[in-house]
Amino acid sequence: MSDPVALQMTAPAPVTALENARHDGPVTVAETGPWGMLTLRGDLSAAPVRSSLADATGLAMPEVRGVTVAGDRRVAWFSPDEALILVPRADLAGVRAALDGALAGQHALVADMSDARASFRISGEPAHLAEVLARLVPVDMGTFAVGELRRTRLAQVACAHWMPEEGAVELVCFRSVARYVFDLLVEAAESPRAFPA
Amino acid sequence: MLILTCPYCGVTAEETEFHGGGEAHLKREGPGSDDAALEGYLFHRENPRGVHFERWRHVYGCGKWFHAARDTQTLEVFGTYPAQTTTPPEDLLATIRDKRPGFTWRGIS
Ligand SMILES: [Zn+2]
Repeated sequence: MSDPVALQMTAPAPVTALENARHDGPVTVAETGPWGMLTLRGDLSAAPVRSSLADATGLAMPEVRGVTVAGDRRVAWFSPDEALILVPRADLAGVRAALDGALAGQHALVADMSDARASFRISGEPAHLAEVLARLVPVDMGTFAVGELRRTRLAQVACAHWMPEEGAVELVCFRSVARYVFDLLVEAAESPRAFPA
Repeated sequence: MLILTCPYCGVTAEETEFHGGGEAHLKREGPGSDDAALEGYLFHRENPRGVHFERWRHVYGCGKWFHAARDTQTLEVFGTYPAQTTTPPEDLLATIRDKRPGFTWRGIS
């Protein structure tokens, strides 16, 4: 019957929207994942919520419009009451259980949204990355700094992006528009005007 | 092109990151209200050339609704403020009075 443990064991391994598509060039565009993605809803400025996140993930709550990056984990500030937590898929169940436990009794919610979104990483010269993104998002990439996060539109779809370090930008969008976003990133990354000979 | 600052995430961004939500500070007329009040609630809107108060949503960003005060003629934005209020904040009104002496908008001046 519907034994959840048995179901879990027979479930196919997760695949990303584009099966980790990759484009190499002056700017490399790669679909990353599969991530474990948890949405945390609650008052992100509340001390108990912040300490619960730190206890469960080892990551500090990011400041407004910020991202916390540590190794292969990230916490992205999405709104005053929403954060997106990214961890390796293998860590998902453990982190979720730890978060649920730490937040017990608090006015907060944790939901597994791993299958809702696609993620990308573009890497290359910082100036090239800024040029690629400047073609797609209404953001002044000249002043965009490591640790900063923007949710905005990328061409015609919602997308969030941040720089985990110099020379890389990570993006998340809804899975249903993964191909659109990947193709746009490749198009912008190949533009001869972005990289004059 | 409008440049708006979202009061929730603090970002200043151009109009295409937001979505307009119509006139601000409408009072819902529900069951028990008379016909004229319901008609006004449903249909009667300000259409000023000048100071206007509107609802906007940071639709591609944090997703929150907020309010904005702007000039429909010059597109100058006087300020934005959170959604959890039924009237514009006094300091914003002072700014607008300073810039547009004698302005009126519904009962506000
Ligand atoms: Zn916002």
